[in-house]
Amino acid sequence: MPLIKNGKFADDNWVLVGDDDELPTDTPVIVSAARWQAERDALIGRNAPLGVKLEAGEAPELIADDLDRLQLVAVNFPAFKDGRGFSYASLLRDRYGFDGEVRAVGEVLRDQWSLMVRCGFDAFDVADGTKIDAFQEALGEFSHVYQATGDGKKTVWQLRHGG
Amino acid sequence: MYRYDEFDHRLVKERVTQFRGQVERRLAGDITEDQFKPLRLMNGVYLQLHAYMLRVAVPYGTLSGSQMHMLADIATKYDKGYGHFTTRQNIQYNWPALSDIPAILDDLASVEMHAIQTSGNCIRNVTSDQYAGAAAGEVDDPRIWSEIIRQWSTFHPEFTFLPRKFKFAVCGMNEDRAAIRFHDIGIEVVKGKDDAPAFDIYVGGGQGRTPMIGHLIGAAVPAVDLIAYLESIMRVYNMNGRRDNLYKARIKILVHALGAEEMKRQVEEEFVHVKEKGVVHLPEEEIARIRAYFAPPAYETLPDESSALNEAMADNKKFADWVKTNVAEHKVDGYAIANISLKPVGGVAGDASDDQMHVMADLAAQYSFDELRVTHEQNIVLAHVKKDDLFALWQGLEKAALGTPNLALITDHIVCPGLDYCALANARSIPISQEIAERFNDLDRQHNIGELKVKISGCINACGHHHVGHIGILGVDKKGTEFYQISLGGSADENASIGDILGPAFTEDEIADAIETIVETYINIRQEGERFIDTYARVGKEPFKETLYATH
Repeated sequence: MPLIKNGKFADDNWVLVGDDDELPTDTPVIVSAARWQAERDALIGRNAPLGVKLEAGEAPELIADDLDRLQLVAVNFPAFKDGRGFSYASLLRDRYGFDGEVRAVGEVLRDQWSLMVRCGFDAFDVADGTKIDAFQEALGEFSHVYQATGDGKKTVWQLRHGG
Repeated sequence: MYRYDEFDHRLVKERVTQFRGQVERRLAGDITEDQFKPLRLMNGVYLQLHAYMLRVAVPYGTLSGSQMHMLADIATKYDKGYGHFTTRQNIQYNWPALSDIPAILDDLASVEMHAIQTSGNCIRNVTSDQYAGAAAGEVDDPRIWSEIIRQWSTFHPEFTFLPRKFKFAVCGMNEDRAAIRFHDIGIEVVKGKDDAPAFDIYVGGGQGRTPMIGHLIGAAVPAVDLIAYLESIMRVYNMNGRRDNLYKARIKILVHALGAEEMKRQVEEEFVHVKEKGVVHLPEEEIARIRAYFAPPAYETLPDESSALNEAMADNKKFADWVKTNVAEHKVDGYAIANISLKPVGGVAGDASDDQMHVMADLAAQYSFDELRVTHEQNIVLAHVKKDDLFALWQGLEKAALGTPNLALITDHIVCPGLDYCALANARSIPISQEIAERFNDLDRQHNIGELKVKISGCINACGHHHVGHIGILGVDKKGTEFYQISLGGSADENASIGDILGPAFTEDEIADAIETIVETYINIRQEGERFIDTYARVGKEPFKETLYATH
């Protein structure tokens, strides 16, 4: 599955490891929150980057204390209508100050990309055949925003007053 | 009223462009109907029983004359010559072609209107008090805060895929005409520190199949914290609201499950963090900028008493009747609030023809500072009419069949579209409303009965607000036959209550008789000066049950 990171196609070095799969050595792995909690010490002991995948229903609070040990948090969208992940990304960035990769995985629509970027996602698993132009176009559909999020964009409310 | 600046204009235009692209992608088969559905819904496009329906936003119900003219033109050009004003203070068109919708959105954008977030699981059009800025005793104009919430909620990145739809209502005083306790979030402006506007915030009210009265969780929240507080509520709901069952997904279910105290605790915990971060920022200058749009219009200095009005009332009983029911007290001497009833006997509640919309727009320009409001009870308000002008206004309304003198009387119903239009309905609502109105057509009788709010829904989703009707009527389907269940004692105002179901349902043939029996029972037992709802509060449902089911 192609990966878009920071607006460009990027190589994906991460391996998503199932709960019963053996851990590869020296490879960046993404594990479930459950596996992270169960095998925390062993995972930290590895000499490779670590990521955790949050399912809908697993709020970032679950891993908040360990975020400085993680380089990536993947947020799964089981269905595009399930918007919990938007809040998870906002919390990861705004409350917990997580500055690693926040990756949207699962069912994500083109029309959600720009909203997700505003919430703090910087990486997307996208469908085969996705064109980077479409991604850029989707991000450029709106010139301005009304809400302040962690993305630092000046809001209309700021711009109106010399912002 | 509020006017768009370059930013607002641009965003609405860009939204139309975006939607055009979405329609093209759908037509090209790039996205499935399932994926397209939430996109079209968030642009107000529904698939109804017979055709697409377009719901256009009228933020907090306020319209300029030119906007009303445009709504009329759209009805002429793209629909069957009429529109339907809704309980969300919006307007719906029942017969547009899907292919025309981008063009309609262009026309709307030309007069600073849109259909953004009038549907879908997002923050919907904010509703408010139709007497905003005109009622005596207001703490602050609720439209200022409604407009702030409108902007904040437009394309909100975090809260566009909520568990379910989300509705705000704002009122500016303790007399509640906006049903704030029956909204996901209801806000009452109160006096805060140094008499500055602050906000009592109610959460978890709603109707539908599980009616609930909202709980006050934020008391006198200051303006500087308003957006942060709302973001906190939304975040708690977005993360914890149920997504496994459509019927349990509204915030009222979450609040009920957690309890109001626990909900408040979670919101306030979130609020501490949101505030700490300081990213949610509503600048003072922005509040002042928006406030300036709602400055009082240029009233003339007039005596409160109008001899022209008094004479006209003395000469013309029909006019006097209209004044008695449809005209309300204005805070400024010599002015009045005029209600235009969209409930003529035999008509469809909330419908207006293109010609009638043009007439209302012209009359607003002539007599009410070029401004109109749609009410959640599906009528129209001209909020600032000189008492001296009321007779001329009424004559203009009469010519267009808009002078129905029945505001808040037994023929002024809230009615959902029902089985005549709606794919969800179990029963028809419109013909039931018409039957009841015809039964009580006699105006003297209506006046004798006094204030009595009848609200009719064609299914359990309660779009016709039956739970909060003084008399509520709910259409149900029993083995292919439409039946109507009656509840009594509901109220959407500051004395919020949910109606009590009386007993077995009635058939279409029986319903008008049943209502008549209830009304006669009330007349027989009421005490001096008691409205129906007061009598009900005093005696409860038993006397009504007795008379209603005596022969059954």
